[in-house]
Amino acid sequence: MGTHIISKLIRQKFPGFIPILLILLLLLCSSSLSSVWAQESPYIVTYNHYLEEPGNLEVEYFSTFGTQRGGNDFHAFWTEFEYGATAWWTTELYVDGQTTFNDSTVFTGFRLEHRFRLLQREHLVNPVLYVEYEQITGADKILKEIEGHDGESDLADSNAALRKKHKHELELKLLLSSNFKGWNVAANPMVTKNLLPSEPWEFAYAIGTSRPLALKASPNRCNFCLENFAAGVEMYGGLGNAQSAGLHDTSHYLAPVVAWNLPSDWTLRLSSGFGLNDNSHRLLLRWGISHEFSGFGEAVRRLFGGRP
Amino acid sequence: MKTGYVSFRAVRRIGLATIGAAVFGIVVLRISTAVAQKQGAATDKIKESTYAALAEAPERARQRKNPFEGDPQAVAAGGKLFQQHCVECHGEKAGGTSKAPSLLREEVQASTPGALFWILTNGVVRRGMPVWSKLPEQQRWQIVTFLQSLKPQSLKPQSLDSQSGNNER
Repeated sequence: MGTHIISKLIRQKFPGFIPILLILLLLLCSSSLSSVWAQESPYIVTYNHYLEEPGNLEVEYFSTFGTQRGGNDFHAFWTEFEYGATAWWTTELYVDGQTTFNDSTVFTGFRLEHRFRLLQREHLVNPVLYVEYEQITGADKILKEIEGHDGESDLADSNAALRKKHKHELELKLLLSSNFKGWNVAANPMVTKNLLPSEPWEFAYAIGTSRPLALKASPNRCNFCLENFAAGVEMYGGLGNAQSAGLHDTSHYLAPVVAWNLPSDWTLRLSSGFGLNDNSHRLLLRWGISHEFSGFGEAVRRLFGGRP
Repeated sequence: MKTGYVSFRAVRRIGLATIGAAVFGIVVLRISTAVAQKQGAATDKIKESTYAALAEAPERARQRKNPFEGDPQAVAAGGKLFQQHCVECHGEKAGGTSKAPSLLREEVQASTPGALFWILTNGVVRRGMPVWSKLPEQQRWQIVTFLQSLKPQSLKPQSLDSQSGNNER
């Protein structure tokens, strides 16, 4: 009976409850840390070549509301803990969950990600290597990566049915990014391999461009200065797999994005992704909030008696 | 029985995820601590080499003119940007910390605006300074304008030991 209640609590409360609890706990623990004003890009899916500053921890919470034909609409969410291990290496942990309306709320898995800057200096095109391992169920609906022949119909089943599928995937991306006259242009070709030998390599892409609304900073601290806002657009989708590469039976999205970097060290992001073909969800409405803590690595080192 | 099986799986998955996350966190911190300690043991060398990186700026970059030179508005805006992005490592008054060198030293103050702009753009990644090209070019020039408005600490290079004694953090 006890196990049953705990199990029910975990299954029902864990996905929504734990990420929020983790954020609150982290905010409490890090009250001695200073925060730092982050100049974040507005992208939610696409990556540019900028890494986390060394020793800093960025905590991010994202939500995706998605429409679902042939099933129930859903609200998927994930929390990211992004740590700048060095100036050329950023590492990240994701915890994913989702609520499908008229169905249930489930924890859908976790992801570990590393990004390595390949060149020391800035060039016309700047490459960063992205390596991710993910252990998720078929019920994962954050749709941060649309791969292979992924489509809307894959997520139409009930959570109970979708959770029976498990994915242990390795993802490799080459993050290419360039700046020109205030504009950033980023392209992320991607290959994914489910670690089951029978599964083929899958292909995907994400591209984006963005620009701050003002290039010069104003002399005064302000919330609504144009320089605090960045806007752009991103597009992402699948490119088939090794057995049938191409655009047939793939899904694609076009998403205007906007970010607001607040002087109080918070960043808000908004994106509305529109499905571009019949395989795509009609709408993916996303928003995210993030906060960056400086000196996190030093604080942890001090905690364990290391030298600062 | 079925419920018991499901609950065990749910708990096991969460347990595995927690253990995985903990192991991952420990590994990352161990490695970054090792890197930091290695760097910490050679802090003085790092500071020297960071100053030395200014000399690596190509001649063409060094000769670039600051479009905001002498503009008081740009100094104020640059000061604001410095507070937002740079004080964490270089200190409130740019006097340096254990993480990053003083920007009041002769090596910095005597540099051309173009060389400072080049360092801001490219960083010194191997020594822990990130690239700042994510700031628009105008904002990087505003920071350069602010840096060049600071009073030099000394026109002669000091010993790095006495410099680190002045650290603010």
